[in-house]
Amino acid sequence: MNLAPEVKSGLTLALIAGICTALVAATWQLTAGRIAANQQAWLEQSLAPALSGLFYDTGVTESVMTIPAPHDLPGNQDAIVYRVYAGDEPVAALFVVSARNGYAGPIRLLIGIDTEGTVSGVLVLDHRETPGLGDRIESGKSDWLLQFNGHSLTNPEPAGWAIKRDGGEFDQLTGASVTPRAIIKAIKTTLQYFDAHAGEIFATAADEPTEVEQ
Amino acid sequence: MKQNAFIDRLKTGLWYENPGLVQLLGLCPLLAVTSTLVNGLGLGIATLCVLVASNALVSASRRWLIQEIRIPVYVLIIASLVTCTELIFKAWFPALDRSLGIFIPLIVTNCAIVARAEIYASRNPVVASMLDGFAMGSGFALLLMAIGACREIIGQGTLFSGLEMLTGGDPVRGIVLVDGGWLLAVLPPGAFFSLALAIAGKNALDARRRRRKKNTMQRSGRSPG
Repeated sequence: MNLAPEVKSGLTLALIAGICTALVAATWQLTAGRIAANQQAWLEQSLAPALSGLFYDTGVTESVMTIPAPHDLPGNQDAIVYRVYAGDEPVAALFVVSARNGYAGPIRLLIGIDTEGTVSGVLVLDHRETPGLGDRIESGKSDWLLQFNGHSLTNPEPAGWAIKRDGGEFDQLTGASVTPRAIIKAIKTTLQYFDAHAGEIFATAADEPTEVEQ
Repeated sequence: MKQNAFIDRLKTGLWYENPGLVQLLGLCPLLAVTSTLVNGLGLGIATLCVLVASNALVSASRRWLIQEIRIPVYVLIIASLVTCTELIFKAWFPALDRSLGIFIPLIVTNCAIVARAEIYASRNPVVASMLDGFAMGSGFALLLMAIGACREIIGQGTLFSGLEMLTGGDPVRGIVLVDGGWLLAVLPPGAFFSLALAIAGKNALDARRRRRKKNTMQRSGRSPG
């Protein structure tokens, strides 16, 4: 068979592209199930510490709801809310928000608030704070984030939602004051939002991106 | 393949033409992920697998490779192999995948891989090419692990922290040698210092060996006269 060189090149390339695509497709077939299960498990597992001391049903990730920006929550991206139930009773809401005024870029936070308006746990999902100073907000590096558990808008009073150096009630981190300030402000704002909108959050159906009235 | 040639290939990859220390290829992942030994090991193994597989495929298809399309073919092969590696990591080592993040897909841009395809695999038989990939990949992986281990010991005072990312199970703090450490080592500058020291160390060793060789040659040259 006598083919023009460019046709031959094209056919060779197409053949190799086909083989490579088949290779990737086969690997995907083999791994897709495991990957989905891993991601689900990771999400459920990472939500658990924000629900300390509460009894709730599994499948928290199925009741997800998006609050599109602009909203009164911290951050200017869409906020994600997981609603946690025990049977039909609402137990808590988990807010994924970003504190914008961190030392190095936004800090993504997961804030759990139970139906009484009390903080059930705060987790840092993502941040770029300085290693060794601001990064002690990570739960693996210090217990700093645990001090918010059990607090609400009335305990302490709004003026007390600050680090001790600013006349508030919460511990600071040595060498880092911008980071704690940003996080405390974000928690306070989220508590205020929950206080005003709790009814709407639990009233809307799951799984559809719903706009909560501002 | 003869055993001598095998050992020579291995020596070339691990020392004389080490991709990181001598060819200075793939420095971006090398500098970025080596904050701990386990991270270095993870990326090292991933790069090693991609390198062996890409050398094998490039070598197997070398008969049909026309000069003009060889680069697109390398790109296709390497990109699909890296995608497969990423999927496998996500499925079986999810924690390690989260820790290495973007650097798994970025293996595709590691020049060490395309360099081996062009320099070696496109001109040599399959087994020899796989061996070359293994030697070069091991050289790169060992360098990643060595730098990772140094930075982890100096920066955190631990070794093997985060081993659960490979084995599964509960978080491991690793072997704690000292509590706390010199923070600079885990920060980006620490990566540059470690690599510089590693290269300097290799050059010093090589220079000493050359000097010795020269001395013995001079001595043996003089003795008869």
